[in-house]
Formats: sequence, C-alpha cells, structure tokens
Amino acid sequence: MAALLGCEPKELVFTSGGTEADNLAILGSVQANGSPHKHVITTAIEHPAVLNPCRELERTGMDVTYVRPASDGLIDPDDIRRALKPETMLVSVMHANNETGTLQPIAEISALAHEAGALMHSDGVQAAGKIPVDVEALGVDLYSISGHKFYAPKGIGALYVKNGTKLRPIQFGGKHERERRPGTENVPSAVAMEKAAAFARDTLPIETARLEALRDRLETGILARVPDSGVNGAGERTPNTTNIYFDGLEGEALVISLDLKGFAVSSGSACSSGAVEPSHVLLAMGLAPERARASLRFSLGASNNAEQVDALIDAVVQSAAQLRKLSPTYTSA
Amino acid sequence: MSGGVDSSVVAGLLQRRGQRIVGLTMQLWNQRRLPELVPEGGATGRCCSLDDVYDARHVAQHLGIPYYVVNFESGFEEQVVKPFIDDYLAGRTPIPCTLCNNFIKFDQFLDLASGVGASRIATGHYARIGFDDASGRYQMSRGADHSKDQTYFLFGLKQEQLARTDFPLGGYTKPQVRELARELGLPVAAKPDSQEICFVPNGDYAAFIDAYFRERGIAPEKTQGEIRDTNGRVLGEHTGVHHFTVGQRRGLRVAAGEPLYVIATEPASQRVIVGRDEDLLRAKLSAKDMNWISIAPGTVTAGAPIRAQVKIRNRHLAAEATVYPIGNNDATRIEIHFDEPQRAVTPGQAAVLYDGELVLGGGWIE
Repeated sequence: MAALLGCEPKELVFTSGGTEADNLAILGSVQANGSPHKHVITTAIEHPAVLNPCRELERTGMDVTYVRPASDGLIDPDDIRRALKPETMLVSVMHANNETGTLQPIAEISALAHEAGALMHSDGVQAAGKIPVDVEALGVDLYSISGHKFYAPKGIGALYVKNGTKLRPIQFGGKHERERRPGTENVPSAVAMEKAAAFARDTLPIETARLEALRDRLETGILARVPDSGVNGAGERTPNTTNIYFDGLEGEALVISLDLKGFAVSSGSACSSGAVEPSHVLLAMGLAPERARASLRFSLGASNNAEQVDALIDAVVQSAAQLRKLSPTYTSA
Repeated sequence: MSGGVDSSVVAGLLQRRGQRIVGLTMQLWNQRRLPELVPEGGATGRCCSLDDVYDARHVAQHLGIPYYVVNFESGFEEQVVKPFIDDYLAGRTPIPCTLCNNFIKFDQFLDLASGVGASRIATGHYARIGFDDASGRYQMSRGADHSKDQTYFLFGLKQEQLARTDFPLGGYTKPQVRELARELGLPVAAKPDSQEICFVPNGDYAAFIDAYFRERGIAPEKTQGEIRDTNGRVLGEHTGVHHFTVGQRRGLRVAAGEPLYVIATEPASQRVIVGRDEDLLRAKLSAKDMNWISIAPGTVTAGAPIRAQVKIRNRHLAAEATVYPIGNNDATRIEIHFDEPQRAVTPGQAAVLYDGELVLGGGWIE
C-alpha cells in the first residue's frame, strides 16, 4: 500500500473508503489546527465527499473559498495564490477529476499552500492505482484513496497522513490506527486492498498505456462519426476517463439507450433518487447547462478491450442519431 | 412507474403478456425544496418522494426489468408549476395534472421513450383507447371503473400521442387491480392510493404558492384585496386571490346571516366576490383550446350543434348540454348550453365532453 503512494506504512490510516478519508482529512485537520486559522480553500469541481465536509465547515463558521477551474478543467495555481490568506489553514484540491480525468497541478499548489503556512490535502481517489503517485513529490500532507477504484472490494480506503501532521479523529472510540480512526480494523478488506495495490503497482506502466490507447480509440471513433460532439476538458488526464458532449441531445436519454445495449456509462451525478442532475464539474468549467446535460462520462478498466470499444462506438453513433432525430432542438450543422 | 399499485400492475401485466418493457420513473419535483411545507416526520405518500422511487425500483427488480429514473424537474417547473401559480394569481383554478399530461408525460416523456428505442408507452391511467376504422381516429373512453376514471385529465391527448399509448388498466376496477398486484406478487400490493396534487403537500396549494414565492424572493403583495358581495358591498379583506376558488365556502372569514360562497375572483381589482349558493348557478359557459379526440374537429358546426354530457370538474356528474362552435375555426372555441344550470363553473378548469362512455374532447373554461 505504502509503496503505491511512496510513503511509509505508518503514514497510512485505513478508512471505510474515499468519503471517510476525505472527511477525516478535512474535518480532522481543521479541528486539530483550527482557530485562529478560519479559512479553507478548495475547488468547485471536487467530489461531494470534499464539497460537503467543506459546506459543513461553513455551517460552523469557517470561511471556505471554492476556486473555479478554467474552461479546460484545470485549476490555475495563481487562483489558489490569490485566495490564500494569513488565516488559511487548509487547501484541498483533487488530484484527478472523477468526471473529466483532468490532473491538477498538485505539486505547484502544495508549494503555494506551504509557503502560506497552510496544510495541503488532495483527494486522490481517481488517481491512485491509475497513474504513478508519489506523495512526497506532490508535496501533500494528506492524500485520500479508495480501494475499489483499483479493484479492491468496496468499503475500504485510506488516508495518507504525512509524519508530523496534526490530525484529530472525527469519530471517537478505541485507540486504533494511531488514535486517528477508532474501530476494529477491517482486516480482510485491508489485505485485499494491499493485494490490489500490488497488482496496480505491477501492471501500472503497461495498463496505463493500454487504457490510454483504448481511450484515444474511443474518443477518435466517436468524434469522427458523431457530428457536433467533442471532449470536455484538456491537458493531462487519467488514462481511463473521457468526457464527451453530444450537442442537441439529453445525456440522460443517451445513458439509458446505451445501458439497454449493454454499455454502462454515466451522465452528470446521480441524485438520491437515481435521477441525473447536470454535472457541477462541467458547469463550473463554464459549459452551458444544455451542453453539460448533453455530456457523458466514459470510463475504461482492466476488463475492457478494443472490440468492446468498437462496439461502444457503434452503439453511441446509433443511439445519438436516434435521439437527435427526435430532438426538437437539434439541427445538424 | 410511480411506485404505486397502478403503474406497478401495468408493468407486471405487460411483462406477463411477453412484452419487452423498460420501467421509467419521472423525477418531477425536488422534494427537498420548500422544506417548510414538509410535515413533521417527513414527506410521505407524495409523488416523487424517495420512498416512492425505491418502491418503483423494488417492483422493477421483482419483475426483473430494466429501470431508470429520468429527470424532468425543469420542464415540470416551467410547464406545470409556474402556469399553476399564474393561473391562481389570475383568478383561475388550474388542473396541473392535465398540464403534466399534455406537456410532460405524453410529450417530453414520450419523446424520451422513443429516443431510447421504445415504440410505445404504457401508464396506469384508468381510461381506454380504441381505434375507430370508420373515422380513422383513435378514440378514448372512460375507464371501466367510473369511480377511478381519469379521462377528465386526459382530454388534451392528440391523435399521434394516443397512437403510441397504452392504458392497460382501462378495463379493470381498482379492486381487480389490487387483486392482480397480489397475484403478481408485487411488493406494493397493499400500498394506499395517492390522491393529492403530487407537488403540493396536504392539498394546501395556497401555502405552496406562498412558500414558492418566499423561495424565489417574490413578494405577492399585489394579491391582497377586498371581499365584496354581488351588490358591491365590502364585507372584509383577504390575503390573496390565490386562496380562493369558485364555489368555496370555507375560509372567507366574513360574518353574514347566511352561508356565503365565492362566486368569482377578479384578479385585476384583486376582489373576491361572494354570494349565495344560487348565485353560483350558470346555464352556459365557453371553453377555449378545444382538443377533439373521438370525433373530428370539423364535426361540430354552427349548423350542426351536438349533444353531449359535460363534466366541468373531475368530481362533477356529467350534465346534459348542447354544444355550439364559436367562430368558424374547427370548433377550437365552443359554447356549452346546459339543460339544467350547473353550480360553480370555474375558469381554469376543463370542460370535458362525453357521449356515453366516449370522450369527445375537451377545452379550458374561460
């Protein structure tokens, strides 16, 4: 596990998953290092597991700045620099975005945060196991990961806590995990996550190249054959994710149409009923609401191959054409 | 699939008939909005509540069919909720279920269904659709269970919508549907019926409108005014015309020697006019935006008025009348002359015309 992140074993705290790791990082560091430091910086494109603890902090009187990305999905370190104040105690910026795959300039932002005397957290749930991660090179104090994102079972994750970082537990009980996370350890899942981490370490270079090639094949195929489509986000990305807009149709309908053909893709974020709300990430990137609603996230994994990607391209071409035929707003350019 | 008994039985029946089906639930209203309207203990039994979605998903899993929740919140707010509020503020009493049927369920939803490859949609409405070879038209008739008949809310359906719609429960009574639910082993077989307007808790639409204005930061100051009798005498004041509907007796808070009823609301002057029960009787009315279903629009002409039974609200016993067109425009506006005067003809409600079981068409009372 530690080798996957380039840290020492004692710097890892096992949690029930990414959400708990994010909550522990944000709430636990603020409670250990709070007053008079009353300011936290995060971004508008974080996962709800970061955004909602931040909103919770706001309810308790903390000042939170939500930095917006540029239209390519990248957070500009200069925007972080401008948001930093003497009372800033924590900066939390995700390593890889879950909807676009965009990689954020974490090392640069960490340096800025530390210069200003703030702690640096990064939600690495979408990065760990998919790209090489070295917490030391990233310069982070806290880094969250989730086991099931690299084929461990669901229900296990971890928080990297750099040696010397003050962190208060957010649940109270026994003295497990160096008094940072009480509760009997989930040993089977921790062992499974270790195995998954070893698998990820061993296969990473080959798998990264393979997934990148598949992702590019998927993007090229779709963009070549579906008019008025394009990729949301730019710059360096995780190899397994792409986010594509299809102007003039409802992403939700395209998701259903593809699901019925056997392809599991997603659009926006599911609300508690399972209905889809337009992606807050794409909206924060400045996409028009219509285009945000017309966007789909495609994720590839270890079990996918080129034949499946080609079948998916065919399915997207067919479904998009059928939906656009019925769309009152779409007229081909 | 609303998560209720009716639409669940529809899914079970179609599956038993060997149809390839997909279950869909429309998310129409975010129940987290307007929290002040949610009663103690949470919102239950309201359409689009999370419990209902879980029930629908449970039924789909039980049947082993694909199931999705689709978000129509913005369309619903624009085309149902806002017109609903505008109608009340304009002194009309709207029927949101009809607007939802016309603009969401049998329009945007039908389009979505076509888009994902469905050739038809089926709903749990109590109504029947048939095709008449002689006229080449789809016809609609009342559900076999008259106490559950929903044709009053379906008068706006066009031929092309009827052509792609099935109402599998039209020939059943509610007790039969519950029996079918048990027979199919559906987990919602014993779930109580829902009655109210789905986005308005406890039927208190005025409280909903007030809460909606507070949420949007709109001050409905212009809605307050006087309560007057039919002779123009001021009897009191009221806090907003949207609190009143024609025929209403409760909540007037004016003292009088006899029971008083709302005769009309006048949005321009913000006046509510009250009077005696017999002041509510009307022998005729006009209706606009007529949609003709079972007969062609050109059937009703100045020279050939038709006889029909007319319902002026859902719970109204259809009354015998003669129907005349207004103008020469395929009877898109009509005048209805009742044989006996009818109580509480209410602008904004629908006039739906029947010939026995057959739904001839309907329009909006002016």
